[in-house]
Amino acid sequence: MGATALLNEAEVRPPGTGFLGRLRATGPAGLASAGVIVIATFAAFFGSLLAPYNPVETNLALAWVGPVGGHLLGFDGQGRDVLSRLLAGATTSMLGPLAVVILAMTAGTLLAVVAAWRRGAVDAMISSGLDILFAFPGILLAVLAAAVFGAGLPAAAIALAIAYTPYVARVLRGAALKERGQPYVAALEVQGVSAPGICLRHLVPNMLPLIIAQATIMFGWAMVDLAAISFLGLGVQPPNPDWGVMISENQTGIPQGYPLPALSAGICIVVVVVAFNVLGERLFAEVDR
Amino acid sequence: MLGRFVARRLVMLIASLLVASFVIFAALYAAPGNPISALSGGRSLPAASMAVLEQRYHLNDPFFVQYWYWLNGALHGNFGISITLRENVSTLIASRIWTTAGLVAYASVLIVIFGIGLGILSGLRRGLVDTGTLLVTAVSAAIPGFVAAIVLILVFAVNLGWFPALGNGTGLIGNLRHLTLPAVALAISSLAIVARVTRAAVRTEAGREHVQTAVSRGIPVRQRIRRHVLRNAAIPITTITGITIASLIALDAVIETAFSLNGLGAYLVQSAQSKDLAVVQGISLVLVTAFVLVNLVVDLLYAVLDPRVTLGSRAQ
Amino acid sequence: MTDTLLEVDHLTVRLRVEGRPRSVLRDVGLRIGPGEAVGLVGESGSGKSMTARAIGRLLPERAAVEGTIRFQGADVAGLTGSDLRRYRSQVAMIFQDPRAHINPVRRIGDFMTEALRTNLGVRSAEAARRAVEMLAQVGIEDGERRLRQYPHQLSGGLLQRVMIAAALLTEPRLLLADEPTTALDVTTQAEVMAILDDLRRELHLGMLFITHDLELAAAICDRTAVMYAGQVVEVSASARLHDDPLHPYTAALTAARPDITRAASRLRAIPGRPLSAFEAPDGQCAFAPRCAHALDACRETAPEMTELDGGLSRCLRAGELRGKLATESESTESESTESEAADA
Repeated sequence: MGATALLNEAEVRPPGTGFLGRLRATGPAGLASAGVIVIATFAAFFGSLLAPYNPVETNLALAWVGPVGGHLLGFDGQGRDVLSRLLAGATTSMLGPLAVVILAMTAGTLLAVVAAWRRGAVDAMISSGLDILFAFPGILLAVLAAAVFGAGLPAAAIALAIAYTPYVARVLRGAALKERGQPYVAALEVQGVSAPGICLRHLVPNMLPLIIAQATIMFGWAMVDLAAISFLGLGVQPPNPDWGVMISENQTGIPQGYPLPALSAGICIVVVVVAFNVLGERLFAEVDR
Repeated sequence: MLGRFVARRLVMLIASLLVASFVIFAALYAAPGNPISALSGGRSLPAASMAVLEQRYHLNDPFFVQYWYWLNGALHGNFGISITLRENVSTLIASRIWTTAGLVAYASVLIVIFGIGLGILSGLRRGLVDTGTLLVTAVSAAIPGFVAAIVLILVFAVNLGWFPALGNGTGLIGNLRHLTLPAVALAISSLAIVARVTRAAVRTEAGREHVQTAVSRGIPVRQRIRRHVLRNAAIPITTITGITIASLIALDAVIETAFSLNGLGAYLVQSAQSKDLAVVQGISLVLVTAFVLVNLVVDLLYAVLDPRVTLGSRAQ
Repeated sequence: MTDTLLEVDHLTVRLRVEGRPRSVLRDVGLRIGPGEAVGLVGESGSGKSMTARAIGRLLPERAAVEGTIRFQGADVAGLTGSDLRRYRSQVAMIFQDPRAHINPVRRIGDFMTEALRTNLGVRSAEAARRAVEMLAQVGIEDGERRLRQYPHQLSGGLLQRVMIAAALLTEPRLLLADEPTTALDVTTQAEVMAILDDLRRELHLGMLFITHDLELAAAICDRTAVMYAGQVVEVSASARLHDDPLHPYTAALTAARPDITRAASRLRAIPGRPLSAFEAPDGQCAFAPRCAHALDACRETAPEMTELDGGLSRCLRAGELRGKLATESESTESESTESEAADA
């Protein structure tokens, strides 16, 4: 070990191999985050089934009633059980961002790999194009989409995906260029393997740690942005129990002294986003080793 | 060298604005139905109004001519007419722009002072300050603005009564009071991100070999930190601060809505809900321009701070 | 007034790595006289850089340091404040990778004159003048233009000269050179070495020249110390090291270096791999596992430095192996050329 490494107290942990190994290498915080994510995913798929009470049936007589009996979190402004709505709402709250991530990562990876593979003029064109596309913040594009196509989750998700793609492509392009320059690529080319073949079977898999790290962090961003858009009434529409919608619906309860419904939805969002952020950051740290 | 860089960035700026404005304009045609129904938001209009619309938007001319007319109009401050309020969009924008500008500026100040400040503090020290900062920023970075909004309203407005919950207020002090909670809500997650990146940048720069050279020459600590750590860290710090401030421009729509503020963002959302396309287009153009301009300033600052930049963008 | 510039005695350094203390230097001893150039040779992990850093007071605070380092008679470890700053202007250090060791966002002029302006209170104009003069001495003629440039505009070789010039501006008495030419190509290497050698003689500077290349050290150093696993294993006159090594490790190092003048079928490598200080077991000779001459005693006792005809060796068998180490490496070489001839 050289003097510089010792003096810089480089964290000497063996890098993990394989999926579980990498996960373990992210440390206790990373594992806890992964746990939270698993729970949220579970709720996303089975939330509606797990909900103890009907999440959509209103009963104004019970409006704003606090936690009582089996209703751990009380009732919202329309007399619906908050906990049930949270569980049911996990579906749109989790699947929306998933769609955004899948779309943006796919498009971004494609652009990055094409730019890195062709290099030269194609790369310059794509890079300049990406620089230019940076002009649209996600939420703005989603609002525009809502104005044009009407409010709804699909339009918002696609708009966000379009807005995120340039960022993904920028981040991945660097790594793709590095991979492209590796000797094994030249060796494969000489052997006559086709360009798409090399890209799909070697280039992209070697970039997978970075892609996964980026996707993880991006999930957090997408969740925040989509919840915001639903909060604005331009995404998921009430009476869907999406968490962003819940905050918007129950905001009026706060000045009246009933913060729990809005707050609990907010906490759900924050907890899940923190988990994705922490895990994503840890995964990024692993990439550089 | 710097001149070439500036010129290139300006070209990119204009290209960005052209593309963005084109997308905004083309939304008219992306909408289902014909442009007239898009402009009217699906409402039925008397024939006279429809004729006015056709003429104003040159709807019988080729596509790019229409685009040119619209863009030209926009450059002269003419964004058309709001179909719901029947007023010039430009007037409606002008009356609301200061709220938005004030809010964004207020939040930016908070981010710069507290975000960078906290980042530098925890970057230079270890132990409790550092761990505490890491924990707090990890959570804050994940708090979306509207969630922060409801918590702030709950704690500071409803429970403690220190700040008003909603609305704009009057007079300078009144405005500041009304804008404080929104500014904090807007700034919180960005502040956390800036603090984290600042901390990481300060840590990284402090560990660099050229700092060791300064140590080996006996440069005093204060000076070393100022001239070799902070000066070098200023590059990524400026970049992230600029990026987050630019993102405030979009996020403020959410905050304004949450606090019922009378700003451009809230108005944008209302117009989108009521499908008042002309207003949406106008405000979008203003916001996108602001966004691009902030990014340009960041790029220029980056070039000034880092002498290694001769060509290319800060993406490298 | 002592006649040694630098005295290092029983220097032992432990660092906390991964929470556990690890030895990086064990019982290191060195002497450098005024105007004398001493080479410090070893492989990666041998502790040579660490020794220079210990001397230069560049170790982190959490490092545990035992032993003494004396500069012109004064104990270095206890220096603080302005005394420490004065020490730093007297003992200058130049590093291996100049590009990493010079701040990329400040101009060359700023880099060169910083110490002068800050610590010695020299005014900017005067400091710049001296910098230009010193640049001329290291072979950079258009100094004024260079002062305005940024590091990324200069080549590695130029940057290293700048670093040397900057180090000499505070008129130090001792120069610690940590592998200053390793990162450079061979031609530039020769130039920089020549500059170092000339300047050192001219300014009557003491120098500690650190390198992994035995012959490079021999080129400009009067004496050379060889390090292995955090210890000094031999100190000897440079000229003698090749022909009359006092320690098996030195002999092995010399033999392992490919010789242009001889034909060889295979590169002679030392079996095993070099140990870092913290991997070396206590209570035995660190080199024993790889040594062709090791006996049981070598694995049971930690050898001390023994004096031999003006040199020092940390080998239990130094006396009896004297004279045989070099010839042995030669004879095994002639063995291999014989077997080549047989194969042909």
